[in-house]
Amino acid sequence: MTIAVVNYGVGNLFSIYNALERIEAKPELITEPEDLAGAEGVVVPGVGSFGRCMRRLSRFEGALSQVLEEGTPMLGICVGMQVLFDRSEESPEEGLGWIKGDVVRLPNSVLVPQMGWNTLSIKKEVEILEGIGEEDFFYFVHSYHCVPIDKSVLAATTDYGLDLAAAVSRDNLFAVQFHPEKSGQKGLNILKNFVRLTRC
Amino acid sequence: MLARRIIPCLDCDFGVPQGRVVKGIEFKQIRYAGVPWELATRYYEEGADEIVFLDITASHERRDTMVNVIRTTAKNVFVPLAVGGGIKSVDDVRGVFKAGADKVTVNTTALKRPEIITEIADEYGSQACVVAIDAKRRDAPCEENISVPTPQGESWFECSFYGGREFTGVDAIVWAMKAEELGAGEILLTSMDRDGTYDGFDLPLTDGVCNRVRIPVIASGGCGNAEHIFEVFQKTGASAALAASIFHYKEWGVDEVKRYLAERGIHVRI
Repeated sequence: MTIAVVNYGVGNLFSIYNALERIEAKPELITEPEDLAGAEGVVVPGVGSFGRCMRRLSRFEGALSQVLEEGTPMLGICVGMQVLFDRSEESPEEGLGWIKGDVVRLPNSVLVPQMGWNTLSIKKEVEILEGIGEEDFFYFVHSYHCVPIDKSVLAATTDYGLDLAAAVSRDNLFAVQFHPEKSGQKGLNILKNFVRLTRC
Repeated sequence: MLARRIIPCLDCDFGVPQGRVVKGIEFKQIRYAGVPWELATRYYEEGADEIVFLDITASHERRDTMVNVIRTTAKNVFVPLAVGGGIKSVDDVRGVFKAGADKVTVNTTALKRPEIITEIADEYGSQACVVAIDAKRRDAPCEENISVPTPQGESWFECSFYGGREFTGVDAIVWAMKAEELGAGEILLTSMDRDGTYDGFDLPLTDGVCNRVRIPVIASGGCGNAEHIFEVFQKTGASAALAASIFHYKEWGVDEVKRYLAERGIHVRI
């Protein structure tokens, strides 16, 4: 099974690549939109600023939208989650808008970025969180957080002085604010859950 | 709630094929501790929240060895991996990220050319840019520096660079604030007076920096046992504690330290 990891020229894809290899998925770094066709699952990573990610991701927009419509499971990670929303306070660029809502800066009352391990509060049963409990920790590092308008997309939140969206899902679209590829065995389990979806 | 992090640090000499972990006392008296990727894997399995590699040789000829060590480690360790020592440009950063690192720490280069902090943050995000500060206590207070109360009276702290071999005259607390402004995502704060001594973290230094920045601070230098980590978490705002010797020589496992902390009410990932 090949998992396409969208390599659109931001940051660091080696961690997610290594993690997928470890769980015996077949990751493939995709640098051209046409190469997305035929992928059994798609991972959209993202680090750095929202605007920079959007500028570089925009040429993939059509191809990503098509595989999503065809029902291919898709997983956004970190800024790869944020770009699914309409817009971000970080940058003037528009987001993909596939999930309605804004991305806003963490308040000044907390240390920014949130950097480190936090637990989840599970909001709905969703395949990628199977086997994950509220005592399990995941590695977060972000200065902005997603605020969906339709709260039913929230799969999990995390408590960082305020409740933040940690995981969202809608049909075959999944996204997490934390880094499953850097969250030890529990994170690898989430990736395994995702890969399992691609085999149905 | 965010957990306090425990970070084993591996000071590495990449002058031999697989590299080797070494540890000095107050930045001198080097002792051999093991093979980098093996130790890192052991710490990961024990529950380390992050791993730091510092290239203490920092010479360009040895970069290939370092890249290979990071690559091997990144295939086995699924927590964040920070790498520092000899990072001089964004090109160097790209090299270690390509090998699988998630963050870099910069010290000497940032003191000499502070813009590198912004360059790294722009390219990879602030979270990828850790500014490492090696600080030495100075007991004669001086007007333009920030003094904090210490057992020795009012002291300030001076930044060192080139691995502790040279001093800059720069105030460590002022520099930490400046680094935050330039885009650093985190401060790795090492007390040179405590490093390798097993006497505990320098609490006035750590507290002095934590109180003046709004980014996470990693306390480093002097950890001799789990109680020292408890103390630095209880008495300062440090987000993470870094230790080397107590883990390398198996005096404490990362898991043992975490259980010790959890029993005393410190929120850690277990």
